[in-house]
Amino acid sequence: MSEIPFKARLIRLGSRTKKPDRTGVPFEKLILFSRNPMGVFGLILVLIVVISAVFAPIFATHNPFALDIANRLAEPSFDHFFGTDQLGRDTYTRVLYGGRVALQVAAIGVSVSLVIGLTLGMIAGYGPPWLDNILLLVFDAVRSFPTIVLALAAVALLGPSLSLVMTIVIITSIPGYARLARTSTLSLKNTEFILAGQSLGASMKRILLIHIMPNVIGPLLILAAMDVPVVVTIEAGLSFLGLGVQPPTASWGTILNEGYLIIRTTPWIVIAGGIPLILTTLGFTFLGESLRDVFDPRLRKGN
Amino acid sequence: MWSYLSKRILLSVMIVFLAILALFITLHSIPGDPVSIALGPRATPEIQAEYAARMHLDKPLYHQFAIFIGNVARGDLGKDLFSNRSVLLILSEQLPFTIILAITAIGWSALIGIPLGCLSAVKPNSIVDRITGILSVGTIAIPSFLVSIWAILIFSVGLKWLPVIGAGEPGDIGDQIYHLILPAFAVGLGWVGYLARMVRASMLEVMSENYIRSAHAFGLKRRTIIFRYALKVAILPTITLIGVGFGALLSGTVFAEIIFSRPGIGKIIYNMVLARNFPVIQGAVLITIGMYVVVTLISDLLVSLLDPRVRDTL
Repeated sequence: MSEIPFKARLIRLGSRTKKPDRTGVPFEKLILFSRNPMGVFGLILVLIVVISAVFAPIFATHNPFALDIANRLAEPSFDHFFGTDQLGRDTYTRVLYGGRVALQVAAIGVSVSLVIGLTLGMIAGYGPPWLDNILLLVFDAVRSFPTIVLALAAVALLGPSLSLVMTIVIITSIPGYARLARTSTLSLKNTEFILAGQSLGASMKRILLIHIMPNVIGPLLILAAMDVPVVVTIEAGLSFLGLGVQPPTASWGTILNEGYLIIRTTPWIVIAGGIPLILTTLGFTFLGESLRDVFDPRLRKGN
Repeated sequence: MWSYLSKRILLSVMIVFLAILALFITLHSIPGDPVSIALGPRATPEIQAEYAARMHLDKPLYHQFAIFIGNVARGDLGKDLFSNRSVLLILSEQLPFTIILAITAIGWSALIGIPLGCLSAVKPNSIVDRITGILSVGTIAIPSFLVSIWAILIFSVGLKWLPVIGAGEPGDIGDQIYHLILPAFAVGLGWVGYLARMVRASMLEVMSENYIRSAHAFGLKRRTIIFRYALKVAILPTITLIGVGFGALLSGTVFAEIIFSRPGIGKIIYNMVLARNFPVIQGAVLITIGMYVVVTLISDLLVSLLDPRVRDTL
């Protein structure tokens, strides 16, 4: 790779840049990314969503739980940017706090399923063929459950809760990571440096953790970025159905649910609840796709 | 061909079996004793023992599982807890609504998505390609239930063009189609983007193959090359995608049925979850898994029928 001049590498990566900056060679990928308008747009959206969720108490104009019956169903105004709901709570403040729930579910759900999926996938790829076949079958069986149907069944059995939403998110996302990790591990399994490690007597744990994992994790991190919209959508969807986050906690799903019931008279609540959801999904999708195009163009096809 | 067919069918049977096993384990790991839940606290030990024997709850777990599998294989999914009607009958009433919605949704999105993908592949980096690219990411990213809600807001509440609730008068085809438009739009919108991208990617790949270059060298018309030779091959991954994505499609129909108050499998699962009517939920989950497995099987067989190269990969 390093013999190829920088300009040729840019062309090979599909960029349309004309004058490469020689001093920027070590940051080639970063430069490529910053020249991708979709990616930068996605990054900005993600930053807006994350900052507004993390600093929700600072940006908030009201208490998210404070009832103000005198001002119920107020139209958007300077005091209430997105109006108020049927209990007089400020929709703008609740949307900010809803972002915290969404990003919390996304962060925990995505990271846990990434770790479990990576482990299972590497074991499936590196381990004996019979184990690989069993794990593949289990992944396929898990994937064959339509997520929402699985979630509905689980809620029927165990009752609605935030931790149940996270568990469902984790179970249904694991196969995606595991399959990707398995494929990359399989392709590494018979390379010289792994064979060398084996002949030097390295344990399976050592080979997987030190030699295979660093080569496998990149694509999985990109998949994680692209998985965030899926997770956020599941949380909002279940909460919308009244099966996820329970009122009075503010979640984009519960805001949409409350707004949907009074959609004929107060349309601004479903608009306000939907916009951050779309900004989040769009932002992470654009970001994930551009990262993939820059760092791992091969992923584009197999998806 | 036959060995591929038998392997593929074996795989589907194993997936169904695993899914049933998972369902069985989940149902049996609910906290609480099923007998006392069903009969209440005031039942005598004799009544409890009689009920346990009748429901085979006194047998070891593997025996219960065998009975469960046997019942499912015979199409006996149990009885509704409240109305005592056969679960299979209830679900077979609801199933057509879900299938019609799913087919309409995938149909309109294929009619728009596939040509869009073709257009952008034929002229890569053109204006059409760029707009399609951004639009397809956009439509994929927007959750389908949000599309449903906003579509109601715009077309039903705002413009008052389309109805919100129900599936239309039974027997009145026009009214039913009228009620189908919004849900099908909401479920299918994301698929327009998916299909356009998929067709674009595989079309681009096919267009760079040697045989397409040969066709150009022979002086065939561009139109003939694209439609007779390239699209025929490029459409194959799309068929697989529809098969694999069927689960996502079903999730979409669940939301659409609940939001638009349409009858269907998703609506009945939702209602039964709220009522905690377990036999119906269990039957509905089994039916959805069955549908998913059948659809992926059909799509895989279709692809292997159209493309002999695939048969060697399994």
